[in-house]
Amino acid sequence: MSPPTVAAGAHPGGQQAGPFPGHPVAAARFTADVDRAHWHDQALWFVRVKRDRAAAQLPAWERLRELAEGLKAHALANLAGYLEAFEKNATAHGAVVHWARDAQEHNRIVHELLAARGVTRLVKSKSMLTEECGLNPYLEARGVEVVDTDLGERIVQFRHEPPSHIVLPAIHIKKEEIGELFHQELGTEKGASDPKYLTEAARGHLREKFLAAQAGLTGVNFAVADTGAVVVCTNEGNADMGTALPPLHIACMGLEKIVPRAEDLGVFLRLLARSATGQAVTTYTTHFLGPKPGGELHVVLVDNGRSALLARDPFRRALACIRCGACMNTCPVFRRSGGYSYGTTVPGPIGSVLGPTQGPGAHASLPFASTLCGSCADVCPVRIDLHHQLLAWRRVLVEGGYAPTGKTLALRLTAWVFASPWRFALAGRLMRAALRLLPAGLMRRLAGAWGRQRDLPAPPPESFRDLYRRTNGRP
Amino acid sequence: MAARDEILAALRRNAPSGPPHPGYAGVAAAFPDLLAQFALSVAAVGGTLVRVPDLAAADAALRALPIHAQARRVASLVPGVGAVTVDATAVTDPHALADLDLVVLRAALAVAENGACWIEGPGLPHHALVVIPEHVAVVVDAAAVVPDLQAAYAALDLPGRPRWGLFLAGPSKTADIEQSLVIGAHGARSATVFLVG
Repeated sequence: MSPPTVAAGAHPGGQQAGPFPGHPVAAARFTADVDRAHWHDQALWFVRVKRDRAAAQLPAWERLRELAEGLKAHALANLAGYLEAFEKNATAHGAVVHWARDAQEHNRIVHELLAARGVTRLVKSKSMLTEECGLNPYLEARGVEVVDTDLGERIVQFRHEPPSHIVLPAIHIKKEEIGELFHQELGTEKGASDPKYLTEAARGHLREKFLAAQAGLTGVNFAVADTGAVVVCTNEGNADMGTALPPLHIACMGLEKIVPRAEDLGVFLRLLARSATGQAVTTYTTHFLGPKPGGELHVVLVDNGRSALLARDPFRRALACIRCGACMNTCPVFRRSGGYSYGTTVPGPIGSVLGPTQGPGAHASLPFASTLCGSCADVCPVRIDLHHQLLAWRRVLVEGGYAPTGKTLALRLTAWVFASPWRFALAGRLMRAALRLLPAGLMRRLAGAWGRQRDLPAPPPESFRDLYRRTNGRP
Repeated sequence: MAARDEILAALRRNAPSGPPHPGYAGVAAAFPDLLAQFALSVAAVGGTLVRVPDLAAADAALRALPIHAQARRVASLVPGVGAVTVDATAVTDPHALADLDLVVLRAALAVAENGACWIEGPGLPHHALVVIPEHVAVVVDAAAVVPDLQAAYAALDLPGRPRWGLFLAGPSKTADIEQSLVIGAHGARSATVFLVG
């Protein structure tokens, strides 16, 4: 049976071992290096600016977002029927469709396919689903060499880290660090950090892996019900290279990747790359339909909590996500705290909505890792109301007793004060007096996280009520 | 089968109500000069566009380019374009294509808004031909340029004629190291589009 987990499997949180300490602690680790945090912020803002420029080029941008939202709502309301249609059409073209209730079943299906054909060398292109399922360690423990072939993913694989971002897996790593890593792993020149040189070295290294691979595994960006095709988008061409050479192609996807019609791809593809990286379209957008002559195509459909999430209003809307990463690039918290501060496979605003669906109290700190500024919802190509969902999660988590005790007590105290006019007035009087009389350093400490880097405001001479009473409401 | 039936039952049980399919009204792109827009888009995705009146001119223009002059192993799927040294249709194992220098591909359709060219499975002996060569050249008729992807999918009619295929937009690229754009990640280091007619 599928446990209530979805799309945001836990990971150890970068280099830090041990249980995940919650967003505030993990974020503090990242922001301790002020220069790096600033650099990370700038790198992602650069991508956000490119996205804005690309969006502005399409006069129909907002209309496309409305259609994409409508298409996803329609598809999610009719998932079972569209999945059956997909299975029928894909099978008619020679693909084999598998169904997995959870991560374990998914991993077992993939391993059995490989084992039955004696495959020990697998090349993979980007798939957040296989990250969610923990496929790599599962296969490696069973003697399969798994090579992630997306450059960013290969970099984090060499470092034994998960991706820190779903589209830009190595966005947290500087080129000098990659130069040192490639010097160790690939024998590039010591001290070399030119991206062109390093990319060329990776190209040579991975070309050997592609030529030697016995099977290729890819994720899926879209599965088309009315044709049975699975569509995979890359810029590097690694999904194409990884599937064009070996006879076996395994494509793994979450159930929610279904689109009803091939024509729907027009809407989603016009939004996807523009939202992700500011490109008009990815270099390769491949529509796989059936196996190559003499080869095999297996499609693994994975539930892993998705069918349960479908019942859950309003959080089911997170199933509309097309994994573009735009909400991460724009989020002021993500940009400054980094992907590992979330402790989930999918980080950022969408990950903060998906993480808590893994079970009561799971990833309870994530919905609070937001200013609720709403920028995520503004850039989301499928118009998921992310900040509303984060607010809704806070209510669920606080009512369920999963908020930190200090936060719960502070909120209870605030509610008690605000519930009575005289308590409110008294509290204001006390605060103004305290700001005047107590040392600023002590007051900053009392103000918690807010006071850590900010002075508190100078107190006004009188409250609004005093002012109103004194002037009788006249200016 | 147990998993399949269980998942489908759960999806049916939990299905929310949803709107009908919204259609595609109000998103069509309109360009005053379709081919000029296509040229801009090809350049934006890192490709090179060459306009030629006919296939003979495409052949002559290709042979004048360094990607052809310096190529030793050339495959072409467009008869008359390129000096072919490798017959891709005679190759059975795609690994044998690993050291191709140049492949000339035929696109059935191209998209003005994003510079993508649609290469179809039928007529393509190996998927590898698109990614494995050092350089690709794509030949497409000017009459086959459509404004946007919406128009492209309508023209392709994939539900009516389902087939393998891909949109190719420019050369292989990556920006995974500090967001620095590098051309030639795993696939072709250059993409030249010959727009015919």
